[in-house]
Amino acid sequence: MIGLEHYLAVAATLFVIGIFGLFLNRKNVIIILMSIELILLAVNINLVAFSSYLNDLTGQVFTLFVLTVAAAEAAIGLAILVCFFRNRGTIAVEDVNNMKG
Amino acid sequence: MTSADLSVILPEIVLAVYAMVALLVTVYTVKDDGAVIVLRLTTGVLFLTAVWIGLHHSDTRIAFDGMFVDDGFSRYAKVTILLSAAAVLLMSERYMVRRDLLRFEYPVLIVLAVIGMMVMVSAGDLMALYMGLELQSLALYVVASLRRDSVKSTEAGLKYYVLGALSSGLLLYGASLTYGFAGTTAFSGIIQTAVSGEVSLGLLFGLVFLISGLAFKVSAAPFHMWTPDVYEGSPTPVTAFFGTAPKVAAMALFARVAHDAFGNATVEWGQIVSLLAVASVFLGSIAAIAQTNIKRLMAYSSIAHMGYALIGLASGTVFGVQAMLVYMAIYVTMNVGTFAFILTMSRDGQPVTDIKSLNNLSEREPVKALAMLILLFSLAGVPPLVGFFGKYYVLDAAVQADMAWLAVAGVIASVIGAFYYLRIVYYMYFGAETEPLDKIQTPILTGMLVASAGAMVIGVINLFGIEGIAAVAAASLVQ
Repeated sequence: MIGLEHYLAVAATLFVIGIFGLFLNRKNVIIILMSIELILLAVNINLVAFSSYLNDLTGQVFTLFVLTVAAAEAAIGLAILVCFFRNRGTIAVEDVNNMKG
Repeated sequence: MTSADLSVILPEIVLAVYAMVALLVTVYTVKDDGAVIVLRLTTGVLFLTAVWIGLHHSDTRIAFDGMFVDDGFSRYAKVTILLSAAAVLLMSERYMVRRDLLRFEYPVLIVLAVIGMMVMVSAGDLMALYMGLELQSLALYVVASLRRDSVKSTEAGLKYYVLGALSSGLLLYGASLTYGFAGTTAFSGIIQTAVSGEVSLGLLFGLVFLISGLAFKVSAAPFHMWTPDVYEGSPTPVTAFFGTAPKVAAMALFARVAHDAFGNATVEWGQIVSLLAVASVFLGSIAAIAQTNIKRLMAYSSIAHMGYALIGLASGTVFGVQAMLVYMAIYVTMNVGTFAFILTMSRDGQPVTDIKSLNNLSEREPVKALAMLILLFSLAGVPPLVGFFGKYYVLDAAVQADMAWLAVAGVIASVIGAFYYLRIVYYMYFGAETEPLDKIQTPILTGMLVASAGAMVIGVINLFGIEGIAAVAAASLVQ
């Protein structure tokens, strides 16, 4: 029988993969965007699992808000990335280094 | 019922409608030719909304089943946010016009960010909190990369976006755990489940993730790493905005979550917040010493100042919240003045940010140098200026809450931090002769600078009465 703990374990795993993807990745900013998406999806799994467990719709409503905002966030992130690429000519993470200190 | 709810959020609705109308009308008619008019109109609208909210006295009103709370605390924060946003918009005009940077979207995006902040400080539910926070953040990511033909500005936007999205993710994960283990997203429900000593492990994890996400937004160490880069890379008027309104909103939201949702678990979050506070004051004070770029320096300065505000919050009392509110109002006033000064720094029409360029400023422009001197002394917390009283308040709150060690740490960090403020004063008054800066006489920037410096001196009489207002505001938050 699959219970609440299994869903929470999957969500926690996805969340950790997302965080590691953000910090360990040295190659491409697109991978960072994918990691952010992974984090938000982990949250959605959590919310829906809790919502079903608690017999309470609030969690699913929250999920819909998160999905909507995630789409807007991805759009803005890609737009900024395109601007950055036009100026810098690369989107490698190690080249995002004009400011330091 | 709905009309009663709508009347509570009327200021937000008016601003939202204004933003959409301004965007549509300008995009279909004059486009960027009308940017200056939109900017001035927006300044007026923000200012009038601040007056409207400030003069509106009523008891605590709750709308949409507790989603939105309109109390003394949120009104205090909203007036501070609106006034500082209006001041920054007013200051940006000349800088942006001269550098061909003024787009009509800029004031509209600022208004959208301000609406997000107003929702944040009034949130009574995790969902309202998240939506307000994202509305603010999404608008700010775009203004950070406003100068889209510059590598630095777009890089600042990119870094802000990535770390901002990460912090939203942390906050959301915390929100989902809080929802699961408290059984509700309403703050009024969470506070009944989260009682000191019997907070379940899941709820504790939720609280820690929520606080990490909020610490990112207030740029408290160790979650500060985006701040210096974003401050340096963004166009200076945008940096001035980042240093004022969003900081107040994030700090107020922090207090809202801490007291409205976890008010019965003060011991649990008090430890975490004091740790954040100590880390911030020391990091902000020590790391700023090595900086030569004044915008970067102001970033570290803001990290240290957020640390002091967090000291007030960490004490977990009504007086602590009052001290935090007073501190934020003083901090915003000082920052508006300091950035008015930074906006006038240019050589041959190009903006300069190196602090050594201020060498010998006192001989060429004595009034500006003196006003900046007062502001820097006030930022460092030198008595008898107003900045000192802000620090005194938060440290007093810590002592009263039996956290004397926190106050001692604050004093030590403040002494270290005084070094880099005084170094700028040294350059201005005793520095070697170098190529002078342009002499810029603009009534708005000079006026803001002198008014802010004057407030730091005249305010010592009674702090313009904000103590009393902050006390009422704090009492309405902490029951």
